[in-house]
Amino acid sequence: MSYEGLDATFAALADPTRRAILARLASGEASVTELAAPFAMSQPAISKHLKVLERAGLVSRGRDAQRRPRQLEAKPLAEANEWLERYRQFWEHSFRRLDALLEELKAKEKKRGHAKRKGDHR
Amino acid sequence: MKNTGTLEVTTPTEREIVLTRVFDAPRSLVFDAMTKPELLRRWFGPRGWSLVVCEVDLKVGGAWRFVLRGPDGTEMGMRGVYREIVPPERSVHTESFDDFPGESLVTTTLVEQGGKTRLTGTVLYPSQEIRDMVIKSGMEHGAAETYDKLAEYLASIA
Repeated sequence: MSYEGLDATFAALADPTRRAILARLASGEASVTELAAPFAMSQPAISKHLKVLERAGLVSRGRDAQRRPRQLEAKPLAEANEWLERYRQFWEHSFRRLDALLEELKAKEKKRGHAKRKGDHR
Repeated sequence: MKNTGTLEVTTPTEREIVLTRVFDAPRSLVFDAMTKPELLRRWFGPRGWSLVVCEVDLKVGGAWRFVLRGPDGTEMGMRGVYREIVPPERSVHTESFDDFPGESLVTTTLVEQGGKTRLTGTVLYPSQEIRDMVIKSGMEHGAAETYDKLAEYLASIA
């Protein structure tokens, strides 16, 4: 997935209404009227959000020409999620290994310290 | 294995992410572990990935180059240049990934107290969008959960 693609995906996901629309579409396609129903928002306002989601490739239009239902395109989300998950795990795992390495380095330094002190007495 | 600290993430400005983590070791050791290739190879990278290339020219203007290799052979390269080095308390370097355009600036400070070291890593991103994609990964435990769960759920039905 391109960098710009990820950007569009995350910009689209930054809004709670759009996330709610996606969650609704996850349970099946829906018309703009159906999508607008649970929100205290006008249909044009919902249409605006849908446009953002469509541009990000997260939502597409179904076949029924009259209802023009919107449906979820989950692939960009799956790709974005994979990228993010890798980033998140990166530091958590790295730092856990660093903890172990530091224990080892401390033990080495302690040994060296003792040897040095012994040497000083001579 | 001792796990002394929890990774904390804050977002002081719209283009920054700040990571803090306490390590149970003096900062000279933490600084070494973060700047010496033979030590970096031992810990840097996500689960199952190894640092197959690790070059560090630790001086102002000096370049660093890492290549990580994953369990399936996928390689991920990163590079940057050191802008500031004050051992063992501070370093500033640029960072970019081979696969993504955009360069971030990483400032690392190490503060020692009672034999422990608090690491603060400030990552300054070129845009809010790029930073936000990192934040929404749920690096903060419990936070950004809505997004994570939604994304996971949607991914699972893909």
